[in-house]
Amino acid sequence: MPHRTFFVFIFPSILAMLLFISLPIVSVVVQSLFVQHEAVLVTVENCTPFGCESQTRVDTEAMQKLRAEKPLGQFAGFANYLNRNHLAVDEISAILSDNQGLGDVATRIFNLPFYKALSFTLVYCFLVTPLAMALGFAIALAVNTLPKLLKGPAIFVSLLPMIITPLVGSLILAWMFNPSGILGASLQSLTGDPTLSLRASPMLTWIVLLLYGVWTNGPFSFVVFYAGLQTVPQDTVESARIDGANRWEVTRYVLIPHLAPLATFVALVQLMDNFRVFEPIVGFSAEANATSLSWLVFNDLVGQDSQLFGSAAATSVITIVGVLILLAPVLRRTWADFNRKAV
Amino acid sequence: MSVATRRPLGLQTLTTAFLAIWLIAALFPFAWTVWGSFKVEADFFSRQSWWMAIEGTRTQAQTGGPFTLAGYEGAWVRNEFWKAAINTLIVTLSVTFISLAIGTLGGYALARSGYRYAFWILIAALVFRAMPHITLVSGYMLPFFELNIWGVLPTTIIVLVAINQPFTLWMLHSFFLSIPKDLDESAMVDGCTRFQAFRMVIMPVMWPGVITTGLFSFLLGYNDFAVTSMLLSQENQTMVPKIASFLGSIQNEGNVMYAVAAVVSATVPLFILVLFFQRQIVSGLTAGAVKG
Repeated sequence: MPHRTFFVFIFPSILAMLLFISLPIVSVVVQSLFVQHEAVLVTVENCTPFGCESQTRVDTEAMQKLRAEKPLGQFAGFANYLNRNHLAVDEISAILSDNQGLGDVATRIFNLPFYKALSFTLVYCFLVTPLAMALGFAIALAVNTLPKLLKGPAIFVSLLPMIITPLVGSLILAWMFNPSGILGASLQSLTGDPTLSLRASPMLTWIVLLLYGVWTNGPFSFVVFYAGLQTVPQDTVESARIDGANRWEVTRYVLIPHLAPLATFVALVQLMDNFRVFEPIVGFSAEANATSLSWLVFNDLVGQDSQLFGSAAATSVITIVGVLILLAPVLRRTWADFNRKAV
Repeated sequence: MSVATRRPLGLQTLTTAFLAIWLIAALFPFAWTVWGSFKVEADFFSRQSWWMAIEGTRTQAQTGGPFTLAGYEGAWVRNEFWKAAINTLIVTLSVTFISLAIGTLGGYALARSGYRYAFWILIAALVFRAMPHITLVSGYMLPFFELNIWGVLPTTIIVLVAINQPFTLWMLHSFFLSIPKDLDESAMVDGCTRFQAFRMVIMPVMWPGVITTGLFSFLLGYNDFAVTSMLLSQENQTMVPKIASFLGSIQNEGNVMYAVAAVVSATVPLFILVLFFQRQIVSGLTAGAVKG
């Protein structure tokens, strides 16, 4: 296809992506170098018949003018990245130089907002992905044994947790895990602890969020693995059986190798999606016990008058760097493949 | 079934039990919430026992019937959920159509160009696909405020279209690769321009791929929370941010059931979608896996 025709065909897509994906990334990087203006204070003399007193208040007019002139705020360099709400360099060095053992270091670092979010994001990402894949694989094996008539309905039901709006799905589960909801109440009576609730127990919050993740991510692996199982050559399976392999050995040495390329794909997609975990935190109102990087950005932006653009942007940039690190192996492999083909 | 694959009884029981547990886990939360949405709060969030939600004791006492539409009435009429539903309809349909219109052209070009830059565009799209949406949103907010285009539906639609492009391009690119090159090339030998070839030869055969891709664009627009909650003003909200705003304001007033009813209302279209397009959804997920 000549360059000109190619360009005409792809122009709208490229334009949309440049304007609304590349530019925002640039914008985030720029914004992260600024902090919002400090409040402009004025001192006014309040004189009454009984004497004068001076009062300090925020000069809203001057603030508005300042905001209109410099919407980005003040230039701050890397201060946004290093402050307490982000990488917290000073706090970390203080903790490292003065502490009572490893456990103390861990708890105190965990209490810093950024590290709290980072640890949950990573735990969610790297626990939910393999667990959901294992669940999906098990469902695929089980559905594959069903008679043909039942396969359709089973697939329909299995798709639901994946297709559901993430916020709606997490709300539905959150209401069931509410202390006066069906699962929350049952948990209380099972453990015999009448105060047990998501709000009171960080441990339970994490477990329920991870459960939600596996519930909603499992079906994707299921669909892909199920489709993969349909393409397993039956001859290979049968000859393995005739050679004396038992069911487990067939699964281990025939099915799993056959599905391995698919598993790489699923793992990649799920890692990318799970790294941006966000809606469940809002749905479960879990922010007291578990936050994520995406939630931190959301939280900075959601304030009505005092949106912290610089702070949100700094977290965003760090998140983007995280995504690139996650993607690096894939990009390197694609690059190698491409060079091999080109030669 | 051949002798070699017949299962021993123990394994068969185990498989069936596992599958039954999974299917209950997948379906029960929805069934329970739909059932509960027709009860009053004192039943669905009962302090005494969840059994009350099944019997509907309080619902009977408060409304005189075993079921009540109070939650739906509160959400749709009193809190104007219908406005949000209309906005969702506008946003999702526009996102789907615009995404497909520009995505088919782009995907086709990527599939037919043999040059290096086509590959680089696909790689860039893969990286863009991985960007968390909320980080992009934090890039939009300030420029949109400055340009005074924050809060309205068209802005949100265009942003969602752009966010959706990487996925659409990948999906349609791999779909167009499966249509033989000879088809449009022979049309061009017969004197068509590239665009005529696309319109008269490729368009008639591309619909299965386009419909599958369209379903996923629809889901992205419908399910989005990060973009719609940040970029839409209060009066332009779509259903998902509206539900989120219910939580903040209504929980205090003791009208959690409005949110429950709204959640059920937002779920129904998705059920219908899966019911009718199950085959396309499954094939779409698989196509990405096999070729992507």
